[in-house]
Amino acid sequence: MSTNEPTGNAGVDAQQNPPATAADELQVTPLHRWHADHGGRLVPFAGWEMPVQYTSIVGEHQATRNNCGLFDVSHMGRLSVCGPGSRSWLDRMLTRGVADLAPGGVRYTLITDNAGGGVRVLDDALVVCESEEQFGLVVNASNRERVVDWLVSQLPAEGVELEDQTRQTAMIAVQGPAAVATVTSLCSTEDAQRILSLKNYRSCRASVAGHAAAVSRTGYTGEDGVELVVSAEGAVPVWEAILAANDAACACGLGARDTLRLEAGMPLYGHELVEATNPFAIGLGRGVTLEGRTFPGRDALAALKASPPSRVRVGLVLEGKRPAREGCLVHAEDGHACGVVTSGSFSPSLGVPVAMAMVDADQAEPGTQLEVDIRGSLQPATVSPLPFPGWRKS
Amino acid sequence: MKFAKSHEWIRVEGEPVPGAVATIGVSAYAVEALTDLVFMQLPEVGSQVTAGESFGEIESVKAVSDLYAPCSGEVVEVHSELPDNLDLLGQDPYGDGWIIKIRLSDPSQLDSLMDQAAYDKVISEGTH
Repeated sequence: MSTNEPTGNAGVDAQQNPPATAADELQVTPLHRWHADHGGRLVPFAGWEMPVQYTSIVGEHQATRNNCGLFDVSHMGRLSVCGPGSRSWLDRMLTRGVADLAPGGVRYTLITDNAGGGVRVLDDALVVCESEEQFGLVVNASNRERVVDWLVSQLPAEGVELEDQTRQTAMIAVQGPAAVATVTSLCSTEDAQRILSLKNYRSCRASVAGHAAAVSRTGYTGEDGVELVVSAEGAVPVWEAILAANDAACACGLGARDTLRLEAGMPLYGHELVEATNPFAIGLGRGVTLEGRTFPGRDALAALKASPPSRVRVGLVLEGKRPAREGCLVHAEDGHACGVVTSGSFSPSLGVPVAMAMVDADQAEPGTQLEVDIRGSLQPATVSPLPFPGWRKS
Repeated sequence: MKFAKSHEWIRVEGEPVPGAVATIGVSAYAVEALTDLVFMQLPEVGSQVTAGESFGEIESVKAVSDLYAPCSGEVVEVHSELPDNLDLLGQDPYGDGWIIKIRLSDPSQLDSLMDQAAYDKVISEGTH
């Protein structure tokens, strides 16, 4: 028996990434030792050695849906942008404006360039306004280096400083219906109240288990929850304090993170979203504000918005138990190839295989019957809205 | 019982002569390593399996794995309940978790497989 096919959507399979060599040593997060000591199965992911799971992906997934899951997401890139020119510069660099972003505000944005006079999507990111002249960007691990290179190449002569703080800090996602209560149980009354009153996509500073943290009400699971940025030294104590504060809290690997975001219909860079992706075709129009703005690739994006896309992102619910995987071809009822799977797995919450796919616009109506070619076997599938209905209990 | 490096086991009923029936499954170590199994594809009764080649697939939430035949032969029985009850693989990997039975065409292939002690050594060294 051998696992012979790279099938992970979070890229959590070792096979999906180039093998590490001595010259290409994997980076580790401040929680790496904790993962190794607690049964974490460590695999290469985007240049980092990360836990794909501890015991069971399904168990970790359910713990997050039902109570509270902890995810080490320290591999995500954390960039600091500050200085008197930071606001206006970022406003000219991102697909979402930050001119009006108040301290504490968080926005989902794309980072684009205008190579060849067109537009390339370099990454999707969160931009956080920490104060009038201080911003943070959270970018994908796999894109961090080229995003930093691109942004640095665009820096003005003065007034803006960009620093990659990924290695000095750790990032912990606490997700699930009990996540916020678990975290706030480790805070002073005042800090707890501040976190409890955070709306989605808002952030604040707080002391969590005695460690200074940037707390944002964001996540990548579809659940309520927060993401904490703490110092590298604070990572293990904060992580352990959260686990100790809630018996049902569960350390989760990237495998569960992938099934959770898939059920919640969230795109993942490298899968649903790549350089050439038309964001309007995959439901990311909310990540692009065109009116009255300039940013790299803006005019090319305006042209994309003006013409209906030939293929769009849909959900697929498959019959049987066999999951479709990235790259599987999708066929229409008359047999013609009409799309391709971008992510697929078994859905622990729904008990059936689900997938996201790019399909021809005329096959995208929910309820449309399609077939997915899984290694030569055609499996019936039904187009589903995203997120997948019924993925969450409440 | 003998083991392949690819973690399948094979157990011959009676003397290992041509035509003897042997049962094939996967080791406890392999089942534990897989976790979150969701799907299994098995061969048809009457089909031929070839030593070292894939005879089926087992799939977890995360990945697909091929099942390799430790020896060649004709499939005489398939554990048809198994795909609907994959927990059996973990509960009793060397008993109720059996996968297929074959009629051995070349029992000498057994000689190139490992005994339990050799297999235990391989997995304790993490070579797989």
